[in-house]
Amino acid sequence: MDAGLTLNIIWFVLIGVLLAGYAVLDGFDLGVGAVHLFNKSNEHRRISLNAIGPVWDGNEVWLVTGGGALFAAFPVVYASVFSGFYTAFMLLLFVLIFRAVAIEFRSKRESHRWRRTWDVLFSCSSILISLIMGIAIGNVIQGLPVGADREIRISFLSLFNPYALLVGITTVALFMMHGSIYLVLKTEGELQQLVRSRVNNTVIFFVVSYVSTTMATLVYFPHMAQPFKDYPALFLVALLNMLAVANIPRELHRGKEFMAFLSSSASIAALMALFAIGIFPNFVISNIDPAYSLNIYNSASSQKTLGIMLRMAVIGIPFVLAYTISIYWVFRGKVKLDSMSY
Amino acid sequence: MDTELLARIQFAFTIAFHYIYPPLSIGLGVILVIMEFNYIRTKNKMYERMTKFWVKIFALTFSIGVATGIVMEFEFGTNWAAYSRYVGDVFGSALAAEGIFAFFLESGFLAILLFGWNKVKPAMHFFSTIMVSLGSMLSAVWIVVANSWQQTPAGYHIVGEGLRARAEITDFWAMVFNPSSIDRLSHTLSGAWLAGSFLVMSVSAYYLLKKRHEEIAASSFKTGLGVALFASLFQLFTGHSSAAGVAVNQPAKLAAYEAHYDSSAAGDLYLFGWVDEQNRNVNFGIKVPGLLSYLVYGDFNTPLRGLNSFAKDEIPPVNFVFQTYHLMVAIGFGLIGLTLLGVFLLWRKKLFTAAWYLKLMVVAVLLPQMANQLGWFSAEVGRQPWIVYGLLRTSDGLSKSVEAGQILFSLVLFSIIYLLLFILFLFLLDQKIKHGPDGSDHIVSSDLTARA
Ligand code: HDD
Ligand code: HEM
Ligand code: HEM
Repeated sequence: MDAGLTLNIIWFVLIGVLLAGYAVLDGFDLGVGAVHLFNKSNEHRRISLNAIGPVWDGNEVWLVTGGGALFAAFPVVYASVFSGFYTAFMLLLFVLIFRAVAIEFRSKRESHRWRRTWDVLFSCSSILISLIMGIAIGNVIQGLPVGADREIRISFLSLFNPYALLVGITTVALFMMHGSIYLVLKTEGELQQLVRSRVNNTVIFFVVSYVSTTMATLVYFPHMAQPFKDYPALFLVALLNMLAVANIPRELHRGKEFMAFLSSSASIAALMALFAIGIFPNFVISNIDPAYSLNIYNSASSQKTLGIMLRMAVIGIPFVLAYTISIYWVFRGKVKLDSMSY
Repeated sequence: MDTELLARIQFAFTIAFHYIYPPLSIGLGVILVIMEFNYIRTKNKMYERMTKFWVKIFALTFSIGVATGIVMEFEFGTNWAAYSRYVGDVFGSALAAEGIFAFFLESGFLAILLFGWNKVKPAMHFFSTIMVSLGSMLSAVWIVVANSWQQTPAGYHIVGEGLRARAEITDFWAMVFNPSSIDRLSHTLSGAWLAGSFLVMSVSAYYLLKKRHEEIAASSFKTGLGVALFASLFQLFTGHSSAAGVAVNQPAKLAAYEAHYDSSAAGDLYLFGWVDEQNRNVNFGIKVPGLLSYLVYGDFNTPLRGLNSFAKDEIPPVNFVFQTYHLMVAIGFGLIGLTLLGVFLLWRKKLFTAAWYLKLMVVAVLLPQMANQLGWFSAEVGRQPWIVYGLLRTSDGLSKSVEAGQILFSLVLFSIIYLLLFILFLFLLDQKIKHGPDGSDHIVSSDLTARA
């Protein structure tokens, strides 16, 4: 491998970081949405909406920037995947907008039916978004029909195969767990009691679906495990992931919600890392002919562009981290409703 | 319908809808900075209430702008895959810069602007307002740079052949400062300031007519008028300079703007007209002979390259761009007129009692919106048949794996959700205006008595 091509690896990692940042951050607000209907009273629902109020919008920026970075660094992947998944992607965009509408609309009228309708829509769209993203990941793990012309021709319905659905459900479970822990962190009193009593169920739901997905992956898609055989040091990531998951119930039991939240964030990041290691150096493996696979070399922008963008990232990322951290700092603590609330 | 046409309609529909909101956010952003500055400077509570009120309206336009913007970010890949592979090296970097430098900035500080009144000190809050406004202008910078590059490509070379050919950056700054970026950026930004200031004046005029919140309304109106005075004149200046640039860089487009066919003749400037594309002339038109040549070259008699000198398949739809362009310019002069009239009335101390003028200003909010849309339609349709000017045809930029039915399906989906979004926007805007600066948006009364 040419030393100059390390830029391609750096960008693979950076895009992974952006998408993992997205999964950790939007993951909790999608999760709060996914468990929204378990809260029965209007006040509880308002509090949980306001727990994500100041941040959900900013969390989506990680997705937007991840998309922009993919376009710039690996335009071929951006073009082939998004046009190949056309209908699924349009549905995803549709539901993303729908969810934003539901959040904004919900508290604008006092009618019971009005609020219940938007609550249902908010919750369903949060679940659907998580599910579609998981299904996309599941299909990428399996490989896609990339042709010699780099186009992916696949029918919409065949995306919904059992393995992809399993990954989708695991994603929903993961976000439900992550969101519930976040809610425990942001609430107090009666609502906190209720949420706390549900967290364990979400942890169980996640662990069961996660173990099934892992087994299915090892049995049907052994290529995902190959890097771990070649470089045993990578097992550390898998180990870290298991420790992080196991640590969640422990911290919750000890009443350290913040540590529990950090653990579930770490487990999401580790899962993304496992996925990235499994497919590296490919983005999309072609199941027609491995030579057609879209990888970090044949799909990338020029070295010059990757270099320019790296400079931008080096300048920009410290700022991004600084504001993200300060925003979360300003809005730390328990949610209180006031006149600017949803 | 064929895939290309559907893909274009779908893209135009989604971007035109997106573009209702960003200009409002950019324009309101600047006005918020001015208002909050007045508050910090004078400590007058009236300015604080005023800022808080406009922040609510800003929040609304912003959130719909974000929701519809996410669609745009992915639509290059979904609809224009071949184009994305071709330009990704150049175009993608501008789009990624927008994410890193602009979107994080605005969305981060927005949280403080909206929800942080009681959490941070006034100076920090003011700083956040400035950052949000700056962020919204920076996103315009990068996206307009990207778009300008595809209008007037620079700083690149073509690598590879056939299906694998693509543009690669050779000179980043030449790409950023391509021949049309500065003109188009300044023109787009001032269009956005007009959109924001006319919204402020419209709502204020409505309050003044209804005799509600008069102190805040009068003061807001004056702030809006000040911004509009600068922006409307700057608009004319930057528009002129854009046209002069188009004459050099995209001669077919300029010729289509004025339906100029004959290369041996001087360019005339039409006030209005209807182009007969079959017979290549203009009906029912009134024109100033030679004025176009004068505006471009400073001389009434210099011949200007006309559409007859281009191959048939290199000419954009002439009448369409002629009409959209002329309407934009007409509205531009109209806005200058309305603004100067306002300044005159203010000077004669009649502004707040001249009901006829206030009524006019209530509806005038639509004019900058229309001009913004028309401007983009003329610039983008005038670029046809090229998706990257002179390099790649729109028909070659399509996604080959996408079928017409899929695009139609997405068009239907977006029509539904955008209709809903638009109703939501109008409904919430109306509610916020009715509640005014002193009301709360939400029904707080029984909120805390938990009702499921
Ligand atoms: C950064 C890129 C970019 C930006 C900022 C815009 N556009 Fe654009 N536009 C395109 C990139 C583009 C494009 C992807 O390049 C299209 C698709 C097909 C084409 O030829 O250009 C296009 C086409 C296109 C068309 C169809 C033209 C035709 O098919 O004849 C319309 C009407 C608009 N756009 C309108 C707009 C509006 C109202 C904008 C205001 C925000 C706008 N565009 C900004
Ligand atoms: C095809 C071109 C465009 C794309 C791909 C695009 C993309 C986006 C995206 C993804 C967002 C949401 C970002 C977030 O989550 O905060 C957004 C919002 C925004 N866009 Fe666009 N945009 C386009 C055209 C434009 C143009 C032409 C302008 C201005 C001249 C503009 C100005 C803004 C601004 C100010 C916002 C902030 C939110 C708002 O107030 O609406 N965009 N855009
Ligand atoms: C006062 C007279 C005006 C003139 C002479 C003028 C001129 C122009 C020209 C020549 C273009 C095309 C640039 C290109 O194709 O690259 C353009 C585009 C545009 N105009 Fe205007 N314009 C005027 C008024 C306005 C007004 C009042 C608005 C909105 C409030 C507006 C908004 C736009 C927009 C958004 C574009 C597309 C972006 C761009 O290409 O810069 N214009 N204008």
